[in-house]
Amino acid sequence: MLVPGFIWAILFSYGPMLGLYMAFVDYKPTLGNFWSSFLSSEFVGFQWFTLFFAGDDFFLIMRNTLVSSLLTIGIGFLVPILIAVALNEVGSAAFKRIVQTASYMPYFISWVIAANIFVTLLSADGVVNELLKLFGLTKESVLFLQEGKYFWGIVAGANTWKEMGYSSIIYLAAIASINPELYEAAKVDGATRVKQIVHITLPLLKPTIVILLILAVGNIVNTGFDQYFLLGNSLNRDYSDVIDTYSFRYGIQNGMFSYASAVGLFKSIVAFIMVLGVNSLARRMNNNSLF
Amino acid sequence: MISRDTLMSWSGRILLYGFLSMLFIVTFFPFWQIFVLSINDGTDSLRGGFLLWPRDISLESYAAVFSNPEITTSVKVTLLRTLLGVPLSVFCIALLAYVLSKKDLVGSRFVNLFFVFTMYFSGGLIPTYMIVKSLGLIDNFLVFLFPGLINIFWMILIRTFMEELPRELEESAQIDGANDVRIFVKVILPVCVPVLATVALFSAIYHWNAWYDSYIYTYNPDLKTLQAVLVKILNQYQTGDMLNDAQQLANEAKKIPVTGESIRMTVTMVATLPIILVYPFVQRFFLKGMLLGAVKN
Repeated sequence: MLVPGFIWAILFSYGPMLGLYMAFVDYKPTLGNFWSSFLSSEFVGFQWFTLFFAGDDFFLIMRNTLVSSLLTIGIGFLVPILIAVALNEVGSAAFKRIVQTASYMPYFISWVIAANIFVTLLSADGVVNELLKLFGLTKESVLFLQEGKYFWGIVAGANTWKEMGYSSIIYLAAIASINPELYEAAKVDGATRVKQIVHITLPLLKPTIVILLILAVGNIVNTGFDQYFLLGNSLNRDYSDVIDTYSFRYGIQNGMFSYASAVGLFKSIVAFIMVLGVNSLARRMNNNSLF
Repeated sequence: MISRDTLMSWSGRILLYGFLSMLFIVTFFPFWQIFVLSINDGTDSLRGGFLLWPRDISLESYAAVFSNPEITTSVKVTLLRTLLGVPLSVFCIALLAYVLSKKDLVGSRFVNLFFVFTMYFSGGLIPTYMIVKSLGLIDNFLVFLFPGLINIFWMILIRTFMEELPRELEESAQIDGANDVRIFVKVILPVCVPVLATVALFSAIYHWNAWYDSYIYTYNPDLKTLQAVLVKILNQYQTGDMLNDAQQLANEAKKIPVTGESIRMTVTMVATLPIILVYPFVQRFFLKGMLLGAVKN
Protein backbone atom coordinates (compact mmCIF):
# COMPACT_ATOMS: atom_id res chain seq x y z
CA MET A 1 0.00 0.00 0.00
CA LEU A 2 3.01 2.22 0.47
CA VAL A 3 4.18 1.57 -3.09
CA PRO A 4 2.57 4.47 -5.05
CA GLY A 5 3.68 7.11 -2.56
CA PHE A 6 7.11 5.56 -2.27
CA ILE A 7 7.70 5.48 -6.02
CA TRP A 8 6.48 9.05 -6.33
CA ALA A 9 8.86 10.28 -3.60
CA ILE A 10 11.83 8.40 -5.05
CA LEU A 11 11.22 9.64 -8.59
CA PHE A 12 10.12 13.21 -8.06
CA SER A 13 11.68 14.24 -4.75
CA TYR A 14 14.73 12.11 -4.02
CA GLY A 15 15.59 11.70 -7.71
CA PRO A 16 16.09 15.44 -8.20
CA MET A 17 18.07 15.56 -4.93
CA LEU A 18 20.50 13.00 -6.39
CA GLY A 19 20.41 15.00 -9.59
CA LEU A 20 21.91 17.90 -7.63
CA TYR A 21 25.24 16.16 -8.23
CA MET A 22 24.96 18.02 -11.51
CA ALA A 23 25.96 21.20 -9.65
CA PHE A 24 29.44 19.70 -9.10
CA VAL A 25 30.15 18.50 -12.63
CA ASP A 26 30.43 20.09 -16.04
CA TYR A 27 27.25 18.64 -17.49
CA LYS A 28 26.98 18.68 -21.28
CA PRO A 29 23.48 17.84 -22.49
CA THR A 30 24.79 16.68 -25.86
CA LEU A 31 26.42 13.48 -24.57
CA GLY A 32 23.63 10.97 -25.15
CA ASN A 33 20.91 10.33 -22.56
CA PHE A 34 20.69 12.06 -19.22
CA TRP A 35 22.03 9.38 -16.88
CA SER A 36 25.02 8.35 -19.00
CA SER A 37 26.11 11.92 -19.68
CA PHE A 38 25.37 12.77 -16.07
CA LEU A 39 27.71 10.07 -14.75
CA SER A 40 30.45 10.62 -17.32
CA SER A 41 30.57 14.41 -16.87
CA GLU A 42 33.80 15.90 -15.58
CA PHE A 43 33.84 16.65 -11.82
CA VAL A 44 34.58 20.32 -11.24
CA GLY A 45 34.00 20.68 -7.47
CA PHE A 46 32.71 24.07 -6.41
CA GLN A 47 33.55 25.83 -9.67
CA TRP A 48 29.93 26.83 -10.41
CA PHE A 49 29.42 28.12 -6.89
CA THR A 50 32.51 30.32 -6.99
CA LEU A 51 31.43 31.57 -10.41
CA PHE A 52 28.02 32.52 -8.97
CA PHE A 53 29.30 34.11 -5.76
CA ALA A 54 32.06 36.06 -7.51
CA GLY A 55 29.85 37.39 -10.30
CA ASP A 56 27.94 40.68 -10.23
CA ASP A 57 24.65 38.82 -10.60
CA PHE A 58 24.89 37.39 -7.09
CA PHE A 59 24.52 40.77 -5.41
CA LEU A 60 21.64 41.81 -7.67
CA ILE A 61 19.73 38.54 -7.25
CA MET A 62 20.13 38.47 -3.48
CA ARG A 63 19.15 42.11 -3.20
CA ASN A 64 15.97 41.55 -5.21
CA THR A 65 15.12 38.39 -3.28
CA LEU A 66 15.63 39.90 0.17
CA VAL A 67 14.20 43.36 -0.48
CA SER A 68 11.03 42.19 -2.18
CA SER A 69 10.50 39.54 0.51
CA LEU A 70 10.99 42.01 3.34
CA LEU A 71 8.69 44.49 1.60
CA THR A 72 6.07 41.74 1.23
CA ILE A 73 6.31 41.00 4.95
CA GLY A 74 6.23 44.72 5.74
CA ILE A 75 3.06 45.36 3.75
CA GLY A 76 1.45 41.96 3.89
CA PHE A 77 1.92 40.99 7.50
CA LEU A 78 -0.17 43.64 9.21
CA VAL A 79 -3.14 43.64 6.83
CA PRO A 80 -4.50 40.14 7.70
CA ILE A 81 -4.44 41.03 11.41
CA LEU A 82 -6.43 44.19 10.71
CA ILE A 83 -8.88 42.24 8.55
CA ALA A 84 -9.45 39.59 11.21
CA VAL A 85 -9.91 42.11 14.03
CA ALA A 86 -12.26 44.21 11.87
CA LEU A 87 -14.33 41.23 10.67
CA ASN A 88 -14.72 40.13 14.26
CA GLU A 89 -16.31 43.47 15.16
CA VAL A 90 -18.91 43.41 12.39
CA GLY A 91 -22.46 42.76 13.49
CA SER A 92 -24.14 42.10 10.15
CA ALA A 93 -23.54 38.47 9.18
CA ALA A 94 -24.42 39.12 5.52
CA PHE A 95 -21.93 41.99 5.19
CA LYS A 96 -19.27 39.89 6.89
CA ARG A 97 -19.86 36.96 4.54
CA ILE A 98 -19.72 39.10 1.40
CA VAL A 99 -16.46 40.75 2.44
CA GLN A 100 -14.93 37.43 3.47
CA THR A 101 -15.93 35.67 0.27
CA ALA A 102 -14.44 38.44 -1.85
CA SER A 103 -11.25 38.58 0.19
CA TYR A 104 -10.49 34.86 -0.18
CA MET A 105 -11.05 34.88 -3.96
CA PRO A 106 -7.57 36.08 -5.00
CA TYR A 107 -5.99 33.18 -3.12
CA PHE A 108 -7.70 30.61 -5.32
CA ILE A 109 -6.92 32.00 -8.74
CA SER A 110 -3.61 31.25 -10.41
CA TRP A 111 -0.74 33.72 -10.57
CA VAL A 112 -1.29 33.69 -14.32
CA ILE A 113 -4.69 35.29 -13.85
CA ALA A 114 -3.41 37.59 -11.11
CA ALA A 115 -0.53 38.73 -13.33
CA ASN A 116 -2.94 39.42 -16.20
CA ILE A 117 -5.10 41.45 -13.84
CA PHE A 118 -2.17 43.48 -12.51
CA VAL A 119 -0.72 44.08 -15.96
CA THR A 120 -4.12 45.42 -17.01
CA LEU A 121 -4.72 47.61 -13.97
CA LEU A 122 -1.18 49.03 -14.14
CA SER A 123 -1.04 49.59 -17.90
CA ALA A 124 -0.61 53.08 -19.38
CA ASP A 125 -4.39 53.52 -19.73
CA GLY A 126 -5.31 51.23 -16.83
CA VAL A 127 -7.37 52.11 -13.79
CA VAL A 128 -4.41 53.00 -11.56
CA ASN A 129 -3.12 55.57 -14.03
CA GLU A 130 -6.63 56.91 -14.63
CA LEU A 131 -7.05 57.43 -10.89
CA LEU A 132 -3.63 59.05 -10.51
CA LYS A 133 -4.53 61.48 -13.29
CA LEU A 134 -7.98 62.11 -11.85
CA PHE A 135 -6.45 63.20 -8.55
CA GLY A 136 -3.82 65.23 -10.36
CA LEU A 137 -0.94 63.14 -9.01
CA THR A 138 0.55 62.65 -12.45
CA LYS A 139 0.10 64.10 -15.93
CA GLU A 140 1.83 61.40 -17.93
CA SER A 141 0.94 57.75 -17.43
CA VAL A 142 3.37 55.98 -15.13
CA LEU A 143 4.89 52.93 -16.82
CA PHE A 144 4.74 50.74 -13.74
CA LEU A 145 5.99 47.48 -15.20
CA GLN A 146 8.47 48.98 -17.63
CA GLU A 147 10.41 50.89 -14.98
CA GLY A 148 12.23 48.59 -12.59
CA LYS A 149 12.06 50.86 -9.57
CA TYR A 150 8.36 50.11 -9.07
CA PHE A 151 8.73 46.35 -9.26
CA TRP A 152 9.38 45.48 -5.59
CA GLY A 153 6.38 47.52 -4.52
CA ILE A 154 4.18 45.93 -7.18
CA VAL A 155 5.18 42.40 -6.18
CA ALA A 156 4.71 43.17 -2.48
CA GLY A 157 1.28 44.62 -3.25
CA ALA A 158 0.33 41.69 -5.46
CA ASN A 159 1.48 39.17 -2.83
CA THR A 160 -0.54 41.00 -0.20
CA TRP A 161 -3.61 41.19 -2.41
CA LYS A 162 -3.47 37.48 -3.11
CA GLU A 163 -2.79 36.27 0.43
CA MET A 164 -4.40 38.74 2.85
CA GLY A 165 -7.88 37.21 3.04
CA TYR A 166 -6.60 33.68 3.35
CA SER A 167 -4.01 34.67 5.95
CA SER A 168 -6.68 36.36 8.04
CA ILE A 169 -8.38 32.99 8.60
CA ILE A 170 -5.79 31.83 11.10
CA TYR A 171 -6.20 35.06 13.12
CA LEU A 172 -9.98 34.71 12.99
CA ALA A 173 -9.59 31.20 14.38
CA ALA A 174 -7.35 32.50 17.16
CA ILE A 175 -9.87 35.24 17.98
CA ALA A 176 -12.71 32.73 17.99
CA SER A 177 -10.89 30.71 20.65
CA ILE A 178 -10.75 33.69 23.05
CA ASN A 179 -12.94 33.14 26.07
CA PRO A 180 -16.09 35.33 25.65
CA GLU A 181 -16.21 35.86 29.42
CA LEU A 182 -13.20 38.15 29.11
CA TYR A 183 -15.25 40.49 26.92
CA GLU A 184 -18.25 40.21 29.25
CA ALA A 185 -16.09 41.15 32.23
CA ALA A 186 -14.58 44.08 30.32
CA LYS A 187 -18.06 45.25 29.34
CA VAL A 188 -19.17 45.19 32.98
CA ASP A 189 -16.16 47.34 33.80
CA GLY A 190 -17.31 49.80 31.13
CA ALA A 191 -14.61 49.12 28.50
CA THR A 192 -15.40 50.44 25.03
CA ARG A 193 -15.03 48.24 21.94
CA VAL A 194 -11.74 49.88 21.07
CA LYS A 195 -10.45 49.26 24.60
CA GLN A 196 -11.55 45.64 24.35
CA ILE A 197 -9.58 45.25 21.11
CA VAL A 198 -6.50 46.88 22.57
CA HIS A 199 -6.56 45.14 25.94
CA ILE A 200 -8.05 41.72 25.14
CA THR A 201 -8.01 40.80 21.43
CA LEU A 202 -4.55 42.03 20.48
CA PRO A 203 -2.66 40.79 23.56
CA LEU A 204 -4.23 37.34 23.15
CA LEU A 205 -3.32 37.34 19.45
CA LYS A 206 0.30 38.14 20.24
CA PRO A 207 1.62 34.55 20.37
CA THR A 208 0.01 33.78 16.99
CA ILE A 209 1.39 37.00 15.52
CA VAL A 210 4.91 36.32 16.78
CA ILE A 211 4.97 32.75 15.47
CA LEU A 212 3.62 33.69 12.05
CA LEU A 213 6.13 36.53 11.79
CA ILE A 214 8.99 34.16 12.62
CA LEU A 215 7.76 31.67 10.02
CA ALA A 216 7.45 34.45 7.42
CA VAL A 217 11.03 35.51 8.05
CA GLY A 218 12.14 31.88 7.76
CA ASN A 219 10.66 31.74 4.28
CA ILE A 220 12.42 34.86 3.10
CA VAL A 221 14.32 33.16 0.26
CA ASN A 222 11.23 31.18 -0.80
CA THR A 223 9.90 34.13 -2.75
CA GLY A 224 7.82 32.02 -5.09
CA PHE A 225 8.54 31.77 -8.79
CA ASP A 226 5.30 32.58 -10.58
CA GLN A 227 4.79 36.23 -9.69
CA TYR A 228 8.39 37.21 -10.53
CA PHE A 229 8.41 35.21 -13.74
CA LEU A 230 5.03 36.45 -14.93
CA LEU A 231 5.26 40.13 -13.91
CA GLY A 232 8.95 40.39 -14.76
CA ASN A 233 10.11 41.41 -18.23
CA SER A 234 13.36 42.40 -19.88
CA LEU A 235 12.85 46.05 -18.93
CA ASN A 236 12.49 45.50 -15.18
CA ARG A 237 14.83 42.50 -14.92
CA ASP A 238 17.44 44.26 -12.74
CA TYR A 239 14.73 44.49 -10.10
CA SER A 240 12.58 41.44 -10.82
CA ASP A 241 15.21 38.71 -11.10
CA VAL A 242 15.23 36.47 -8.00
CA ILE A 243 17.07 33.19 -7.34
CA ASP A 244 14.37 31.01 -8.90
CA THR A 245 13.88 33.03 -12.08
CA TYR A 246 17.64 33.37 -12.48
CA SER A 247 18.20 29.63 -12.14
CA PHE A 248 15.30 28.99 -14.52
CA ARG A 249 16.63 31.34 -17.18
CA TYR A 250 20.19 30.02 -17.06
CA GLY A 251 19.16 26.38 -16.89
CA ILE A 252 16.09 25.87 -19.00
CA GLN A 253 16.34 28.80 -21.38
CA ASN A 254 20.14 29.07 -21.80
CA GLY A 255 21.06 25.41 -21.28
CA MET A 256 23.66 26.07 -18.53
CA PHE A 257 22.29 23.18 -16.50
CA SER A 258 25.19 22.75 -14.07
CA TYR A 259 25.46 26.43 -13.22
CA ALA A 260 21.70 26.73 -12.74
CA SER A 261 21.67 23.62 -10.54
CA ALA A 262 24.38 25.14 -8.35
CA VAL A 263 22.33 28.31 -7.97
CA GLY A 264 19.25 26.21 -7.14
CA LEU A 265 21.19 24.12 -4.61
CA PHE A 266 22.43 27.27 -2.89
CA LYS A 267 18.83 28.38 -2.48
CA SER A 268 17.59 24.99 -1.30
CA ILE A 269 20.27 24.84 1.40
CA VAL A 270 19.68 28.39 2.64
CA ALA A 271 15.92 27.81 2.67
CA PHE A 272 16.27 24.48 4.47
CA ILE A 273 18.52 25.89 7.21
CA MET A 274 16.32 28.95 7.71
CA VAL A 275 13.05 27.04 7.83
CA LEU A 276 14.41 24.46 10.30
CA GLY A 277 15.94 27.25 12.38
CA VAL A 278 12.75 29.26 12.68
CA ASN A 279 10.66 26.14 13.22
CA SER A 280 12.66 25.22 16.30
CA LEU A 281 12.61 28.86 17.42
CA ALA A 282 8.83 28.97 17.01
CA ARG A 283 8.44 25.72 18.91
CA ARG A 284 10.56 27.03 21.77
CA MET A 285 8.57 30.28 21.94
CA ASN A 286 5.34 28.34 21.84
CA ASN A 287 6.39 26.28 24.84
CA ASN A 288 7.60 29.29 26.77
CA SER A 289 4.40 31.21 26.21
CA LEU A 290 2.50 28.50 28.06
CA PHE A 291 4.15 29.54 31.33
CA MET B 1 -21.63 37.80 19.95
CA ILE B 2 -24.82 39.50 18.74
CA SER B 3 -24.23 42.75 16.89
CA ARG B 4 -21.06 43.75 18.65
CA ASP B 5 -20.87 46.94 16.61
CA THR B 6 -24.00 48.47 18.18
CA LEU B 7 -21.86 49.36 21.16
CA MET B 8 -19.50 51.32 18.94
CA SER B 9 -19.27 55.03 18.48
CA TRP B 10 -20.37 56.43 15.13
CA SER B 11 -16.81 57.29 14.13
CA GLY B 12 -15.70 53.79 15.08
CA ARG B 13 -18.40 52.26 12.92
CA ILE B 14 -17.54 54.47 9.96
CA LEU B 15 -13.89 53.47 10.28
CA LEU B 16 -14.79 49.78 10.59
CA TYR B 17 -17.22 49.62 7.69
CA GLY B 18 -15.06 51.96 5.62
CA PHE B 19 -12.05 49.71 6.01
CA LEU B 20 -13.98 46.54 5.17
CA SER B 21 -15.72 48.18 2.21
CA MET B 22 -12.28 49.19 0.92
CA LEU B 23 -11.16 45.60 1.36
CA PHE B 24 -14.16 44.42 -0.64
CA ILE B 25 -13.50 46.93 -3.43
CA VAL B 26 -9.79 46.09 -3.60
CA THR B 27 -10.44 42.36 -3.90
CA PHE B 28 -13.59 42.45 -6.01
CA PHE B 29 -13.01 45.36 -8.40
CA PRO B 30 -10.03 43.83 -10.30
CA PHE B 31 -12.20 40.85 -11.26
CA TRP B 32 -15.04 43.15 -12.23
CA GLN B 33 -12.68 45.24 -14.38
CA ILE B 34 -11.53 42.16 -16.29
CA PHE B 35 -15.14 41.11 -16.78
CA VAL B 36 -16.18 44.55 -18.04
CA LEU B 37 -13.23 44.71 -20.45
CA SER B 38 -14.03 41.23 -21.72
CA ILE B 39 -17.61 42.08 -22.66
CA ASN B 40 -16.93 45.61 -23.84
CA ASP B 41 -16.33 46.17 -27.53
CA GLY B 42 -12.56 45.81 -28.05
CA THR B 43 -12.02 48.89 -30.19
CA ASP B 44 -14.17 50.96 -27.85
CA SER B 45 -11.94 49.92 -24.90
CA LEU B 46 -8.96 51.39 -26.77
CA ARG B 47 -10.46 54.84 -26.24
CA GLY B 48 -9.43 54.34 -22.63
CA GLY B 49 -11.13 55.98 -19.69
CA PHE B 50 -12.42 54.57 -16.46
CA LEU B 51 -14.74 51.68 -17.30
CA LEU B 52 -16.96 50.93 -14.33
CA TRP B 53 -19.61 49.56 -16.63
CA PRO B 54 -19.37 48.28 -20.21
CA ARG B 55 -19.92 51.18 -22.66
CA ASP B 56 -20.62 49.06 -25.67
CA ILE B 57 -21.49 45.47 -24.90
CA SER B 58 -20.12 42.99 -27.38
CA LEU B 59 -19.64 39.26 -27.09
CA GLU B 60 -17.44 39.18 -30.18
CA SER B 61 -14.29 38.37 -28.24
CA TYR B 62 -16.01 35.43 -26.54
CA ALA B 63 -17.09 34.21 -29.96
CA ALA B 64 -13.53 34.65 -31.23
CA VAL B 65 -12.05 32.86 -28.21
CA PHE B 66 -14.41 29.90 -28.38
CA SER B 67 -13.91 29.46 -32.11
CA ASN B 68 -10.14 29.43 -31.70
CA PRO B 69 -8.90 25.81 -31.84
CA GLU B 70 -5.82 26.56 -29.70
CA ILE B 71 -8.03 27.72 -26.85
CA THR B 72 -10.76 25.09 -27.15
CA THR B 73 -8.10 22.37 -27.21
CA SER B 74 -6.45 23.84 -24.12
CA VAL B 75 -9.80 23.90 -22.28
CA LYS B 76 -10.25 20.21 -23.12
CA VAL B 77 -6.72 19.36 -21.93
CA THR B 78 -7.31 21.26 -18.70
CA LEU B 79 -10.65 19.56 -18.07
CA LEU B 80 -9.18 16.14 -18.83
CA ARG B 81 -6.22 16.55 -16.49
CA THR B 82 -8.55 17.78 -13.76
CA LEU B 83 -11.01 14.91 -14.21
CA LEU B 84 -8.25 12.28 -14.24
CA GLY B 85 -5.82 13.95 -11.89
CA VAL B 86 -8.14 14.67 -8.97
CA PRO B 87 -9.40 11.11 -8.28
CA LEU B 88 -5.95 9.63 -8.91
CA SER B 89 -4.26 12.09 -6.55
CA VAL B 90 -6.88 11.85 -3.83
CA PHE B 91 -6.76 8.04 -3.89
CA CYS B 92 -2.96 7.86 -3.76
CA ILE B 93 -2.68 10.54 -1.08
CA ALA B 94 -5.35 8.83 1.04
CA LEU B 95 -3.59 5.50 0.65
CA LEU B 96 -0.31 7.00 1.83
CA ALA B 97 -2.05 8.80 4.69
CA TYR B 98 -3.67 5.53 5.78
CA VAL B 99 -0.35 3.69 5.97
CA LEU B 100 1.36 6.58 7.74
CA SER B 101 -1.49 6.93 10.24
CA LYS B 102 -0.63 3.50 11.65
CA LYS B 103 1.81 4.40 14.39
CA ASP B 104 2.35 0.76 15.41
CA LEU B 105 3.91 -0.03 12.04
CA VAL B 106 7.61 -0.97 12.14
CA GLY B 107 9.71 2.04 11.15
CA SER B 108 6.67 4.32 11.12
CA ARG B 109 8.71 7.27 12.41
CA PHE B 110 11.32 6.83 9.71
CA VAL B 111 8.75 6.45 6.93
CA ASN B 112 6.94 9.59 8.08
CA LEU B 113 10.22 11.50 8.13
CA PHE B 114 11.05 10.16 4.67
CA PHE B 115 7.94 11.84 3.27
CA VAL B 116 7.87 14.98 5.41
CA PHE B 117 11.49 15.73 4.50
CA THR B 118 10.40 16.28 0.89
CA MET B 119 8.41 19.32 2.09
CA TYR B 120 11.53 21.00 3.41
CA PHE B 121 14.20 20.18 0.87
CA SER B 122 13.89 20.00 -2.88
CA GLY B 123 16.30 19.32 -5.70
CA GLY B 124 15.17 22.49 -7.41
CA LEU B 125 13.95 23.37 -10.88
CA ILE B 126 16.79 22.03 -13.02
CA PRO B 127 17.34 18.52 -11.60
CA THR B 128 13.55 18.06 -11.56
CA TYR B 129 13.42 19.03 -15.22
CA MET B 130 16.20 16.52 -15.97
CA ILE B 131 14.42 13.70 -14.14
CA VAL B 132 11.13 14.44 -15.89
CA LYS B 133 12.98 14.44 -19.19
CA SER B 134 14.83 11.20 -18.50
CA LEU B 135 11.53 9.50 -17.61
CA GLY B 136 10.20 10.32 -21.07
CA LEU B 137 7.53 12.63 -19.70
CA ILE B 138 8.33 15.51 -22.04
CA ASP B 139 5.40 16.01 -24.42
CA ASN B 140 3.49 13.32 -22.59
CA PHE B 141 0.06 13.83 -21.01
CA LEU B 142 1.22 11.84 -17.97
CA VAL B 143 3.45 14.76 -16.96
CA PHE B 144 0.26 16.45 -15.74
CA LEU B 145 -0.59 13.55 -13.45
CA PHE B 146 2.58 12.11 -11.93
CA PRO B 147 5.06 14.78 -10.75
CA GLY B 148 2.25 16.46 -8.78
CA LEU B 149 0.54 13.20 -7.81
CA ILE B 150 1.15 13.55 -4.08
CA ASN B 151 1.06 16.62 -1.91
CA ILE B 152 2.51 15.99 1.53
CA PHE B 153 0.61 18.85 3.12
CA TRP B 154 -2.74 17.38 2.02
CA MET B 155 -1.50 13.95 3.10
CA ILE B 156 -0.96 15.30 6.64
CA LEU B 157 -4.49 16.74 6.53
CA ILE B 158 -5.98 13.33 5.74
CA ARG B 159 -3.62 11.47 8.10
CA THR B 160 -4.69 13.71 11.00
CA PHE B 161 -8.33 12.94 10.23
CA MET B 162 -7.65 9.20 10.08
CA GLU B 163 -5.69 9.22 13.35
CA GLU B 164 -8.79 10.49 15.11
CA LEU B 165 -11.03 7.67 13.86
CA PRO B 166 -12.04 5.13 16.53
CA ARG B 167 -9.92 1.98 16.41
CA GLU B 168 -13.00 -0.26 16.76
CA LEU B 169 -13.90 0.62 13.19
CA GLU B 170 -10.96 -1.33 11.81
CA GLU B 171 -10.91 -3.99 14.48
CA SER B 172 -14.43 -5.16 13.74
CA ALA B 173 -13.58 -5.43 10.04
CA GLN B 174 -10.41 -7.36 10.89
CA ILE B 175 -12.43 -9.82 12.93
CA ASP B 176 -14.63 -10.31 9.88
CA GLY B 177 -11.46 -11.34 8.04
CA ALA B 178 -11.09 -8.34 5.73
CA ASN B 179 -7.55 -7.59 4.48
CA ASP B 180 -5.90 -4.16 4.64
CA VAL B 181 -6.83 -3.08 1.13
CA ARG B 182 -10.45 -4.07 1.71
CA ILE B 183 -10.57 -2.26 5.03
CA PHE B 184 -9.11 0.84 3.39
CA VAL B 185 -11.59 0.88 0.51
CA LYS B 186 -14.74 -0.32 2.30
CA VAL B 187 -14.32 1.05 5.81
CA ILE B 188 -11.82 3.90 5.93
CA LEU B 189 -12.52 5.82 2.71
CA PRO B 190 -16.30 6.15 3.28
CA VAL B 191 -15.88 7.71 6.72
CA CYS B 192 -13.18 10.09 5.44
CA VAL B 193 -15.44 11.70 2.84
CA PRO B 194 -15.42 15.19 4.44
CA VAL B 195 -11.63 15.51 4.43
CA LEU B 196 -11.33 13.75 1.05
CA ALA B 197 -13.79 16.24 -0.44
CA THR B 198 -11.71 19.13 0.89
CA VAL B 199 -8.53 17.68 -0.61
CA ALA B 200 -10.34 16.93 -3.88
CA LEU B 201 -11.34 20.59 -4.13
CA PHE B 202 -7.80 21.75 -3.45
CA SER B 203 -6.58 19.28 -6.05
CA ALA B 204 -9.13 20.42 -8.63
CA ILE B 205 -8.01 24.02 -8.15
CA TYR B 206 -4.37 22.92 -8.44
CA HIS B 207 -5.07 21.20 -11.76
CA TRP B 208 -7.19 23.99 -13.15
CA ASN B 209 -4.54 26.58 -12.23
CA ALA B 210 -1.44 24.59 -13.25
CA TRP B 211 0.62 26.22 -15.99
CA TYR B 212 4.27 25.52 -15.27
CA ASP B 213 4.23 21.81 -16.19
CA SER B 214 2.50 22.49 -19.49
CA TYR B 215 4.66 25.54 -20.21
CA ILE B 216 7.98 23.77 -19.54
CA TYR B 217 7.41 20.09 -20.25
CA THR B 218 5.26 20.19 -23.36
CA TYR B 219 5.90 21.58 -26.84
CA ASN B 220 3.00 19.94 -28.60
CA PRO B 221 0.21 22.53 -28.98
CA ASP B 222 -2.32 19.76 -28.31
CA LEU B 223 -0.93 19.44 -24.76
CA LYS B 224 -1.10 23.08 -23.71
CA THR B 225 -3.37 23.84 -20.77
CA LEU B 226 -5.55 26.95 -20.69
CA GLN B 227 -3.30 28.67 -18.15
CA ALA B 228 -0.21 27.91 -20.27
CA VAL B 229 -1.90 29.52 -23.29
CA LEU B 230 -2.70 32.51 -21.10
CA VAL B 231 0.98 32.75 -20.09
CA LYS B 232 1.90 32.87 -23.77
CA ILE B 233 -0.64 35.63 -24.39
CA LEU B 234 0.66 37.55 -21.36
CA ASN B 235 4.27 37.21 -22.52
CA GLN B 236 3.39 38.51 -25.96
CA TYR B 237 1.63 41.45 -24.39
CA GLN B 238 4.52 42.18 -22.02
CA THR B 239 7.26 42.02 -24.65
CA GLY B 240 5.27 43.84 -27.31
CA ASP B 241 3.89 46.56 -25.06
CA MET B 242 5.71 49.37 -26.91
CA LEU B 243 5.05 48.12 -30.41
CA ASN B 244 1.56 46.82 -30.05
CA ASP B 245 -0.30 50.11 -30.24
CA ALA B 246 0.25 50.40 -33.98
CA GLN B 247 -1.19 46.99 -34.59
CA GLN B 248 -4.22 47.80 -32.47
CA LEU B 249 -4.82 51.05 -34.27
CA ALA B 250 -4.72 49.16 -37.53
CA ASN B 251 -7.39 46.88 -36.17
CA GLU B 252 -9.43 49.89 -35.14
CA ALA B 253 -9.27 51.33 -38.65
CA LYS B 254 -10.62 48.11 -40.05
CA LYS B 255 -13.48 48.26 -37.50
CA ILE B 256 -12.75 44.86 -36.10
CA PRO B 257 -14.46 44.77 -32.70
CA VAL B 258 -11.88 42.35 -31.33
CA THR B 259 -8.40 43.43 -30.21
CA GLY B 260 -5.43 41.67 -28.66
CA GLU B 261 -6.43 43.29 -25.39
CA SER B 262 -10.05 42.15 -25.45
CA ILE B 263 -8.89 38.62 -26.28
CA ARG B 264 -6.47 38.65 -23.35
CA MET B 265 -9.25 39.82 -21.02
CA THR B 266 -11.66 37.20 -22.33
CA VAL B 267 -9.23 34.32 -21.91
CA THR B 268 -8.43 35.55 -18.41
CA MET B 269 -12.15 35.59 -17.66
CA VAL B 270 -12.68 32.09 -19.08
CA ALA B 271 -9.84 30.83 -16.87
CA THR B 272 -11.25 32.60 -13.80
CA LEU B 273 -14.96 31.87 -14.13
CA PRO B 274 -15.01 28.20 -13.10
CA ILE B 275 -13.25 29.11 -9.85
CA ILE B 276 -15.49 32.12 -9.17
CA LEU B 277 -18.61 30.07 -9.84
CA VAL B 278 -17.64 27.05 -7.80
CA TYR B 279 -15.83 28.74 -4.96
CA PRO B 280 -18.62 30.45 -2.97
CA PHE B 281 -20.57 27.19 -2.79
CA VAL B 282 -17.68 25.23 -1.40
CA GLN B 283 -16.28 27.95 0.80
CA ARG B 284 -17.43 26.19 3.93
CA PHE B 285 -15.54 23.05 2.92
CA PHE B 286 -12.41 25.06 2.26
CA LEU B 287 -12.55 26.94 5.51
CA LYS B 288 -12.79 23.71 7.46
CA GLY B 289 -9.86 22.22 5.58
CA MET B 290 -7.75 25.35 5.82
CA LEU B 291 -8.39 25.72 9.53
CA LEU B 292 -7.48 22.12 10.15
CA GLY B 293 -4.29 22.67 8.20
CA ALA B 294 -3.52 25.97 9.87
CA VAL B 295 -3.94 24.52 13.35
CA LYS B 296 -1.82 21.49 12.58
CA ASN B 297 0.89 23.58 11.02
